[in-house]
Amino acid sequence: MRHGKKFNHLSRTKSHRAAMLSNMASSLILSKRISTTVAKAKALRKYVEPLLTKSKTDDTHSRRVVFSYLQNKESVSELFNEVAEKIATRPGGYTRILKTGNRAGDNAEMCIIELVDYNELMQKEASEAKPKTRRSRRGGAAKKTEDASATTKATDDKQKVEAKADEVIEDAEVVEDLPAGKAEVKEAPKAETKEESTKEENASDGADTSEEEDKK
Amino acid sequence: MAHPKRKISKSRRDKRRTHYKATSATFMECSNCGSPVLMHRVCADCGYYKGKPAIEKEVAV
Repeated sequence: MRHGKKFNHLSRTKSHRAAMLSNMASSLILSKRISTTVAKAKALRKYVEPLLTKSKTDDTHSRRVVFSYLQNKESVSELFNEVAEKIATRPGGYTRILKTGNRAGDNAEMCIIELVDYNELMQKEASEAKPKTRRSRRGGAAKKTEDASATTKATDDKQKVEAKADEVIEDAEVVEDLPAGKAEVKEAPKAETKEESTKEENASDGADTSEEEDKK
Repeated sequence: MAHPKRKISKSRRDKRRTHYKATSATFMECSNCGSPVLMHRVCADCGYYKGKPAIEKEVAV
């Protein structure tokens, strides 16, 4: 039974698989980006990342250990001389797998696996768009922003109220111009009721606005 | 060993198969060029992924 044996054999014998991964690792280190199937890329990721970590300590022993995996002088020297400097500050996760659709012949899921520090397109964008986000709610930094938004809302509400009041007043003035005194009396209380109703509405809308005012 | 007593008629077979349905793949629009892209794939037209250029393509525009 193969319960829990997650290792992907890639339909190859151990020696075949080791040879293939060795060649792929060399290719990846030399050309920084290779196009392959997703399954192979994921197997390769597990194969090369420890080697890349190993390259950070440049001594004879680690070079020999890496050579035993890669079996390729050029790729080993490239790894220790060029790649190791680039990845020096990265704490793991040196490779990126980008899925690129399915292959024409056998509909295999294809991808590109690349060394993260050599893709300048993605790197530039990442460095530019890196806002300092705090996910923890400690310190109350996020609360302040919420308050700010609330206050703006409150001010908006106030402005609305004032505008409505102005409208009402204008209506009343128009009524006063009319000669009939009774109409005046009738219209005036209506205007007042309108004002009250609007005020009530606003009060119900902005329960938090009153709180804001209290704080001030 | 147990065996089927009767041949399944074409009608019964086909009735069973009415529930075999193909589902369409979920597409989304590329944030750069607007062409349809499968989820979690690099855009085949412009090489963008997650709003960033991931792969250099010969820029025709």
